[in-house]
Amino acid sequence: MIFALVGNQNSGKSTLFNQLTGSSQRVGNFPGVTVEQKTGSVTGHKDITMVDLPGIYSLSPYAGDEIITRDFLLKEKPDGIINIVDATNIERNLYLTLQLIELQIPMVLALNMMDEVQANNGSIAILQMRELLGIPVVPVSAAKNQGLSELMEQAVDTARNRRKPERIDFCPGGSEPDGAVHRVIHAISYLIEDHAGRQGVPARFAAAKLVEGDVPMLESLRLSQNEADTIEHAVKEMETELDTDREAAMADMRYNFIEDVCEKCVAKVKESRAYRRSVHIDSLLTHKILAFPAFLGIMLAVFWLTFGVIGVPLSELFEWGIEKLGEGVEVTLEAYGLNPVLQSLINDGIFAGVGAVLSFVPVIVTLFFFLSILEDSGYMARVAFIMDKPLRKIGLSGRSFVPMLMGFGCTVPAVMATRTLASERDKKMTIFLTPFMSCSAKIPIYALFTAAFFPGYQALVITGLYLIGILLGVFSGFIMKKTVYKGAPVPFVMELPNYRFPSMKNVLLLLWERTNDFVQRAFTVIFLATIVIWFLQSFDIRLNHVADSADSMLAVAGRFLSAVFAPIGFSDWRVATGLITGFMAKEAVISTLAVLTGASAAELGDTLRTLFSPLTAFSFLVFTLLYTPCVAAVAIVKRELGSFKGTFFIIAYQTGFAWLAAFAIYQTGRLLG
Amino acid sequence: MTLRDLAIGQSGRVLAVGGEKVLRRRFLEMGITPRTVVTVKKAAPMGDPIELLIRGYVLTLRLEDAEKITVEEEAV
Repeated sequence: MIFALVGNQNSGKSTLFNQLTGSSQRVGNFPGVTVEQKTGSVTGHKDITMVDLPGIYSLSPYAGDEIITRDFLLKEKPDGIINIVDATNIERNLYLTLQLIELQIPMVLALNMMDEVQANNGSIAILQMRELLGIPVVPVSAAKNQGLSELMEQAVDTARNRRKPERIDFCPGGSEPDGAVHRVIHAISYLIEDHAGRQGVPARFAAAKLVEGDVPMLESLRLSQNEADTIEHAVKEMETELDTDREAAMADMRYNFIEDVCEKCVAKVKESRAYRRSVHIDSLLTHKILAFPAFLGIMLAVFWLTFGVIGVPLSELFEWGIEKLGEGVEVTLEAYGLNPVLQSLINDGIFAGVGAVLSFVPVIVTLFFFLSILEDSGYMARVAFIMDKPLRKIGLSGRSFVPMLMGFGCTVPAVMATRTLASERDKKMTIFLTPFMSCSAKIPIYALFTAAFFPGYQALVITGLYLIGILLGVFSGFIMKKTVYKGAPVPFVMELPNYRFPSMKNVLLLLWERTNDFVQRAFTVIFLATIVIWFLQSFDIRLNHVADSADSMLAVAGRFLSAVFAPIGFSDWRVATGLITGFMAKEAVISTLAVLTGASAAELGDTLRTLFSPLTAFSFLVFTLLYTPCVAAVAIVKRELGSFKGTFFIIAYQTGFAWLAAFAIYQTGRLLG
Repeated sequence: MTLRDLAIGQSGRVLAVGGEKVLRRRFLEMGITPRTVVTVKKAAPMGDPIELLIRGYVLTLRLEDAEKITVEEEAV
C-alpha cells in the first residue's frame, strides 16, 4: 500500500515522516513524476510505503511544489492520504485539508502538536471534528512519538476498506450562506463528470478547480466550446450573485466552513506559550537595531565552529587518513610491480584528486549540521524577514540570503542549500550568484600572493577581493534581473513559525541524506574529471607517458592558454596550467605552481616574484577570485539546475567575467604606470 | 485605507483582497479573506517587510503587497 504524507510547511511533516519510517527512507523517482520523492517503509508495517510530499498550503497549480503534490495525488493514486495538521495553527492548516478531501482518496487527519495544545490548556473535540470533516481524526505528537500507532491503524483501516471522505460539501452547519458557490460546483461537477472520468480526475475536485479558474485543469479536461461557455456563464452568475470574484468566493466558502468547525470543536487560548516565547526571542533577533549584529554573531559562530574548530581539523584528519592509505597502496603496488603508468593513475590521479575532494566532506557535514539546526528552529525564516529588503534590489528575496552566505565557506553546500527556496527562478538566480562569494578554498592562494606582493597590506587586499566579489555579484544580479531571469519573483508572503527546539533525529537524517548525496552523485563526475586531468598531465600529445609534466598535454594546453592570459598580465604557461588544475580544486593552484616551478613551499614566494609584478599579481588574484567554480561545485550546480546548458552558462559567464575584470585592472594599471 | 496604513500594534478588518493572480491566490490561501481581522505586530529592521498576526499565526509580507489589501480599522 502506498500512502502520501501531505501537509503545510512547518506542520511537523518531516518529523512525522522520520518517526514513521526511521532509517528506511530513501530518495527515489516515481514513474510519471519527474521530481524526486522521499519514500520509506513504515516501521512495523513492512507492506506500507510512505511518500513524503513537499510542504504546501493549497493545491493551486502555481508553485512547483504544489504541482508536484497535485500530480502525484492525481496520477499515482496512492491508497491513502495522511494529512498532517498543526493543531496550534489549525485554521490555516485545514484550508489544504478541505481541498484534499475533494480528491476523494481515503484520508486520515493527523492532528499534530496536540501536546502543545494541551499544555496551553486548550482542547479539541476530536469526535465532533471527525463528524464535521467526514474523515478520521487522530491526535498525535510527532516530536514525542505519541499517537503514531493509532494513526497508522486508522490509516490502514481506512485505506483497506477504501473509505472515502464522507463529506464533500462545506456549508457551515447546514446553513446556506454560500449556497451560490455550492450550486455552481454541483452543476459543473454534473456537466463534466464524463470528461473528468476519462482523465481519471474526481469530478468534484475538477469542478471546484474550474470555479477557481484553474487553467491547467480546464485544458486537461478537453471540454467542448459549448460546455466551457456554459461553465463560464455559471461562474459569472455566481460572481454577480455574491458580488465577489471566483477565487475569493471559493476561499471565503472554505474559510467560513473552517471557522465554523473551529468554533464548534476548538477551545482556543489567546496566546500559546510557544508564541509568547517566540515573541520574546524575536525581541532580540528581529529587533530594529540588534537584528543585524545578532545575525552576524550567529553566522560568525557557525563559520568559526565549522572552519576553525570542527570542520577543518576533521578535514585535515581525513586528508591525513587518505594520504596514509594512498601511501600504503603505493607501497603495495610498487612491491607487486604493477605497471608504473597504472600506478601513477591510482596514486597521482585517483588518490590525489578524489582525496582532495573527499576531504571537503567533514566541512560540508559540519556546516550543514549547524545550518539545519538554524533552519529547523525557525531562525532561517527570520533571516529571510530581515534581509528581504536589501536583497530585493537585485531581484531576489530574503530566502536567498543564507545560501549565498554559505558560499563564503564552500560553494558546494551553498548550492545544495538552494533546494529550500520556494521558486525555481529564485533558486536559479541564487545558484548563479553564489560563486561570486569567494569560497574558503581560495584563501591559501590569497594568503600566499598577498604575503609575497603586498606585505603589510595583506588584510586590506584580501578584504578588497571579497568586496570585489560581492560588488560584481550584485552587479551581475542587476543584469540578470533585467535580462535572463526577468519573471516576477514569487510573492514574499511567508509564515514565521514559532521557534521550536530542533529534533536531532531530523537533523541527523538530513545530514546523512546530504552527505550521501554529495558523495554518491558528485563523486561520479569528480572521479571522471580526476582521471581526465591525470591523463592530460601524464601523457604528451603522442600519448607517450611523460616523466616531466612540462612535456604533457596539460602543459601544451597551458602554453596555448597563456596566449589568452597575456592581455591580463600573466603569460607564463605554468601559471595557466596552475589555473587549469584549479578547476579541480582551488587549492591545487598553489600545489601546481610549486610542482611546475620546482620551488619548495618556503621558496615559492620568491619564485612567484620572478613570475609576477604586484600589478599582475593583483590581476591574477582577481581572476582567481572570479573564474569558474571548481569541479565539485560544478557537479552540484549541474545536479541542482538539472541542465547542462545552465551549468555551462555559469562556467562561461564566470570565466568571461573574470577575464574582463582582470583585463580592466591590468590595462588600467599599465596606463597609470 | 490599506493594510500598509495600519500602524504597528493596530488591527484591521479585511474588506477586499487585491493583487495580481499569484499574489492574490497566495493571500487567500494564507487566510487573508474578507472579514478576517489582522494585527500588525512588527516591521523588519529596515521598515519592510511587516509581521502580521492572522488566524492565530504569524505571517510576513512586503509593504508593496500590503497596499493591495483594503482594511478598516478595528478595535481589539
